[in-house]
Amino acid sequence: MENMEKIKCKNCNKDIENDIFIVNLWVCPYCNYHHCINARDRLQITADDNSFIELGKNINSVDFLNFYDVKAYSVKLREAKLKTSMDEAIMVGEAQIDGNYLALGIMDFGFMGGSMGSAVGEKIKVLSGHSIEKNIPLVIFCTSGGARMQEGVMSLMQMAKTVSSVNRVKENKIPYISVITDPTSGGVSASFATLADIIIAEPNSLFCFAGPRVIKQTIKKNPPPDFGSAERNLKNGQIDMIVNRSDLKKTLANILKLFK
Amino acid sequence: MDLKKLEEIPKSYLKEILGSLSKLEKLKKIPFFTGIHFKDAERDLAQKIESYKRVEKDARRVWKIVELSRNEKRPQCKDYISGIFDDFITLCGDRLGNEDRSIIAGLGKINGKTVAVIGHNKGRDIKERMEYNFGMSIPQGYRKSQRIMRLADRFGFPIITFIDTPGAYPAIEAEDNGQAGAIAKSISVMFEVKTPVISILIGEGGSGGALALAIGNEVFMLENSTYSVISPEGCAAILWKNPSGTKLAARELKLTSRDLIRLKVIDRIIPEPLGGAQNAPERMVKIVKRYIINALQKYEHVPGEELKSARAQKFESMGVFNTG
Repeated sequence: MENMEKIKCKNCNKDIENDIFIVNLWVCPYCNYHHCINARDRLQITADDNSFIELGKNINSVDFLNFYDVKAYSVKLREAKLKTSMDEAIMVGEAQIDGNYLALGIMDFGFMGGSMGSAVGEKIKVLSGHSIEKNIPLVIFCTSGGARMQEGVMSLMQMAKTVSSVNRVKENKIPYISVITDPTSGGVSASFATLADIIIAEPNSLFCFAGPRVIKQTIKKNPPPDFGSAERNLKNGQIDMIVNRSDLKKTLANILKLFK
Repeated sequence: MDLKKLEEIPKSYLKEILGSLSKLEKLKKIPFFTGIHFKDAERDLAQKIESYKRVEKDARRVWKIVELSRNEKRPQCKDYISGIFDDFITLCGDRLGNEDRSIIAGLGKINGKTVAVIGHNKGRDIKERMEYNFGMSIPQGYRKSQRIMRLADRFGFPIITFIDTPGAYPAIEAEDNGQAGAIAKSISVMFEVKTPVISILIGEGGSGGALALAIGNEVFMLENSTYSVISPEGCAAILWKNPSGTKLAARELKLTSRDLIRLKVIDRIIPEPLGGAQNAPERMVKIVKRYIINALQKYEHVPGEELKSARAQKFESMGVFNTG
């Protein structure tokens, strides 16, 4: 009975057996709340087995401003690498979904809140270049707290850099699809994430520019509970569709076929 | 230890120093250690205090620039427009149902040539500030600016942008209306146009709201303006979890014109009159005019396709990372 470990759903607080939770793709079987998942798990449930070839693995962040708040940025980077076993807040590469080739980027919120610094920007540029070179669709799974403050204004410039990169993909008449996962906000929202030809969101994913905390500071009261949610965004015309995690692979495969 | 020295170090680091100090004092009191000198530990601590003192001094210097960049007597977008461009007409509305006053847009002539001008305006007195929403734009403002940029593109008018904003307006209605998408689209349109784009940071360059107007072939920064990914206040709240970190955050963010020219994020610093632009607003406007005319001459005969690809290349090469 050692495998009967339980996990509490963040939304309905019900206990979920660990095994069931994983089989259900980290979605609560009682209330359909989609919990955050890391990039490696995302890759496993999205791409065909062993189809992923990583690109730009040698691109790494540096603490070029010697940024120090309560800890040095270089120390935070090392800790994030140990914690997530990722090199950066995104991994990019070529993959297949149901046999369809695509340039695939997957962000990881566990790596410094999925924040976008120079390395993330460069990896998206490399991925866009690959998409154009091979003439294969670009798909990016987004999750991010925004730009990486520890790189100062250079992280702001990554918004410009990634916009220009995905613009070149679009100019080459290659479809670009972004998948919004919980949470996506700040600099990533206001750059490549919202410029996709098709924007898909997972249920209950937060997708906004200014987060609820910032809004609360300005209006001095709590924003409505559905603020920035996928459901509200769909109603307001900001996204194309909401797709359950279990259907995501099928939907992506279908879209890729339509553009073929 | 001279406790007076501690007054000069940043408050955020005071706890750490006091902790080390009291630890040292406790160790000294243990009988086992009597007779042992703690010279090395004391020297290290003194060095740390000295370095924190330097940090505090530097943070105060940077904070003065932050205050200057926000000074309400500095010339604002409106002043530059009336002082630089002839026959200026203001154009309003996003043609999608709204008008955002925080961004002023229009057409005017400089040196006999028509240009499109787009800029944030903050306003001076409280009435004006309310009218312009303190220079904080909503999606409709960015959409208006996109409309004017496309207009300029069609007729080959160069685009001049003036950036002076604390950031995009954080409000529920703005988010519901697609703030993120509007900013992203503005950046995107600035990459698409085939006419020269000159962007000038005249005061506060706050985050995505500033970047939405700042994709220039030439990006100039007034000497005492700032350009930052987040306000020092916001950064301190997130990373230091304490408002006492605000000045330190301003220093760490490297948001001054001198820092940014070193990082090659901007192309040129426009010098201000002694003590800051607020001391001689009219002279400041004249200096900026000269810089605009020079920049326009530089790009006069460059083909549109080249202008566009130069912009893409410039911004796509930005970033500092390792490839090892």
